Amino acid sequence: MIYKEDLRKEIMLKNELSLKANEIRKLVIDMLYKIGPERRGHPGPALSIAEILACLYFSVMNTDSKNPKWPERDRLILSKGHACPALYAVLALKGYFEKEKLYTFRKVDSMLQGHPDMRKTPGIDMTAGSLGHGLGAGTGMALAGVMDRKKYKTYVIIGDGETQEGLIWEAAMYAGNMKLDNLVVIIDKNRFQSCGDVCGIVDVDPLDKKFMSFNWEVVKCNGHDISSLLEAFGSPHANKPLAIIAETVKGKGVSFMEEDNSWHQKAITQEQYEIAMKELHEKNSSSAQ
Amino acid sequence: MTELKSTRLAFGEALLELAEEGIDIAAVSADTSKSMEVEVLRKKYPGKCFDCGIAEQNMIMVSAGLAATGKTVFATSYSAFTSMRSLEQLRTFVCYPRLNVKVVAGLGGFSAGIEGVTHMALEDIGIVRCIPNLSVFCPSDYYATKKIVKYIGARDMPCYVRIGRDSSPVIFDEKYDFEPGKANLLMDTGNDVAIIASGLILYEALIAAKELTDKYGLGLKLVEMPSIKPVDKKAITELAGATKKIVTVEEHSIIGGLYSSVCEVLCSSSPVKVYPVAVPDIFTESGTPAELINKYGLSGESIVKHVKGLFV
Repeated sequence: MIYKEDLRKEIMLKNELSLKANEIRKLVIDMLYKIGPERRGHPGPALSIAEILACLYFSVMNTDSKNPKWPERDRLILSKGHACPALYAVLALKGYFEKEKLYTFRKVDSMLQGHPDMRKTPGIDMTAGSLGHGLGAGTGMALAGVMDRKKYKTYVIIGDGETQEGLIWEAAMYAGNMKLDNLVVIIDKNRFQSCGDVCGIVDVDPLDKKFMSFNWEVVKCNGHDISSLLEAFGSPHANKPLAIIAETVKGKGVSFMEEDNSWHQKAITQEQYEIAMKELHEKNSSSAQ
Repeated sequence: MTELKSTRLAFGEALLELAEEGIDIAAVSADTSKSMEVEVLRKKYPGKCFDCGIAEQNMIMVSAGLAATGKTVFATSYSAFTSMRSLEQLRTFVCYPRLNVKVVAGLGGFSAGIEGVTHMALEDIGIVRCIPNLSVFCPSDYYATKKIVKYIGARDMPCYVRIGRDSSPVIFDEKYDFEPGKANLLMDTGNDVAIIASGLILYEALIAAKELTDKYGLGLKLVEMPSIKPVDKKAITELAGATKKIVTVEEHSIIGGLYSSVCEVLCSSSPVKVYPVAVPDIFTESGTPAELINKYGLSGESIVKHVKGLFV
């Protein structure tokens, strides 16, 4: 009977996290449409990390939106900072700030900068945006955890294209050497970068072998499947940092954005907005059943 | 015989003192823990020292991450690398989020001379000076370095501190006083000319100032400017008011350093002319610091000639 109860809880959690991911997507599309074409953001790269963020903020990470600077909290660095609409959406859902703030994104005087700013936005643990930098900063935070014998973990989300940056490998080498088992990198492997296919520009594979050879524990998962993600986050990685290679779809959740790299950064028209929101609302009701 | 002491050793000793005082410091280096004397700290506090290997960009990022948890972080490598290789990391991930990272940059100016252009930083101050939130300090000797490192270690502020390499002449003592944005008046024999110097080259300026006074009877004011940013606007303006000519002396390119800083202050408020003793806008070459200081016109003798020339 206990098993049955566990199973029921697991199914409920999965449903809840799927709904949260869908909420994130709706907020991303809503804000990116409403801020207007002048401020256009990056829908594709934001949509591919919706489940990753939903799992982190609503299940995996230990955080407190009422006390964003809580020293014991788990940390998240969105190294692929251009996907910040999704991060801002999840922070709003968690109550770090009011949802209305989302519509000031990229506007002058806004607390929501074009790329994450740790001094302006509660809940942002590290300024980010210039690619390649988050893993090194995460390594520093993880080292501080070791120094202070604190239990928190540091999570860093990077893009697959981002691993073309040399600094990623400086950081990966050092973190592997330091055996930082309180550091987790999630590679959002949506297979696209600004100008096209990652493998057609500079192939980064095999990422698993690369990280393994740098003394990391590596697991692969489906970045849109909640169970697969939760299992990956639960992987043991004693004496090693953990790299989760999450296979994702750029633009996931909005049919005409999926796998269409023109949505890397583009303004959303009214017609597109209506179609997208309709699709996301339908998903909401289907997963709620 | 002038006493010689290493500014790098001053840095290491200051780190140890900060740790002893209970300040939650971390020292991060890039295969520079020995050469930058971080070993002084490591011997007693190995857990506070991290060497990222030959990876200056990661050194600054690891420092930023450590500082984001509340630590006081010293990141240390050579001026040529910390001002260029890891410039974006310093600007975007330390200064923009105002993280408590202090870059202590060794081998400044001609002190790295024997290595040649690759390792010499004659542009570093110009490069880092325009970054918001960053204070830029240039101590002149062992005691000034120790005081400045102790000062910044006790405060939450991103800084760039340029120091030297081998032992250099001792100018000050334990009583040396430091405050950002404050110049130090070292000699005052009159108002013919004011000499403003910054960094290790202050020693040459001191020799020149003594000779100009004793041998040539010039009345001058010699001022040390350890704080390039913020610069002491009040002192510069007052010197311009009191004297007719200002000479700047720096171990740096004529572009972007002390000369530029002084001119930026004066050009809107004073008709006084400013004459630079600085490295011309060229790539120099290998040589001992003394050889290069002589060849590129920064020696005490050159400064004397330069200043005398203003009165012909």
